[in-house]
Amino acid sequence: MTATVVTVTSGKGGVGKTTTTANIAVALAVDNSKVVCIDGDIGLRNLDVVLGLENRIVYDLVDVVEGRCRLRQAMIRDKRMQELFLIPAAQTRDKSSVSPSDMVRLCDELRQEFDWILIDSPAGIERGFRNAIAPADTVLVVTNPEVSAVRDADRIIGLIEAEEKGPARLIINRLKSTMVKRGDMLTADDVLELLAVELIGIVPDDENVIVSTNRGQPVALDPKSRAGQAFINISHRLRGEKVPFLNLEEKDGFFSRLTKILHPGGA
Amino acid sequence: MAGWVDRIMGRTPTSANQAKERLKLVLINDRTDLSPQALESLKNEIMQVISRYIEIDPTTVNISMTQEGREQRLVADIPIKQSKGSVRRRVG
Repeated sequence: MTATVVTVTSGKGGVGKTTTTANIAVALAVDNSKVVCIDGDIGLRNLDVVLGLENRIVYDLVDVVEGRCRLRQAMIRDKRMQELFLIPAAQTRDKSSVSPSDMVRLCDELRQEFDWILIDSPAGIERGFRNAIAPADTVLVVTNPEVSAVRDADRIIGLIEAEEKGPARLIINRLKSTMVKRGDMLTADDVLELLAVELIGIVPDDENVIVSTNRGQPVALDPKSRAGQAFINISHRLRGEKVPFLNLEEKDGFFSRLTKILHPGGA
Repeated sequence: MAGWVDRIMGRTPTSANQAKERLKLVLINDRTDLSPQALESLKNEIMQVISRYIEIDPTTVNISMTQEGREQRLVADIPIKQSKGSVRRRVG
């Protein structure tokens, strides 16, 4: 078994990296892959709460790197699935407690035992980002259809190419189709044209994401939710399957503008 | 009232269109590390150098940044003045 290392990053904070990492991991594990996710956000860990595993942490990533425990001791098994594990980040340390070569060594050790290693990168372009992409075989960039998130995504895509980890693939998260229809949100095509990268997923804005995170039950466990289905589709595309993109947008033509004016606020 | 008609006819840019146009310019600046002011002085210097060798009309010159995939390209379209008619020469 030789795992593929997938790093999820974004540049800007708050676009949904951790939610994306957790849900792709769950979707892959539900499909009977052996998956481990690593929280790369040392000092601001959250992958544990999003996965609902926060009460089971004993050791963390920094304990492994500094030799206070064996790798296996820091791996928390998610009991809901056959083979899903989490290596949590340390909460009371900072990004400099781990180096890019530590991450490469750690992933090399894990590769033999897993199908997928998912790394949740912290926001920013500094040490934490460098750590997260160092072992990556493929990098997914998460963005929202908003000016600041798209700009930062462009910057991070450039850095990924400079590190020869490209081409990055793009996830457009929190697309609001009602706003797109009334011309108040960039379309997925707009974002793709601006960033000129390959798309791997469009995730609609979905309240179920917050509800499921409240419960510590990733939304990908609920294939009926629209966001959950979008994350499941991303996991299939990661495996190399061709899955059509969900149709979330319509062209803003004359009639939709007219409808909008006649029924303001309506969708 | 005018805004109303404009909206139906699609003449007023939507906020999404504004976002896209603004981002286009911002990304060019970010990717090339070149400010609009620097691009302007680059254009002026290119025109000065070319004018030393051939006669050109500065008002017909078009030098701009274009995007091809993730590559930025500086494209200069500089028509050359000639006594009989004019020949357009493209410098990529």
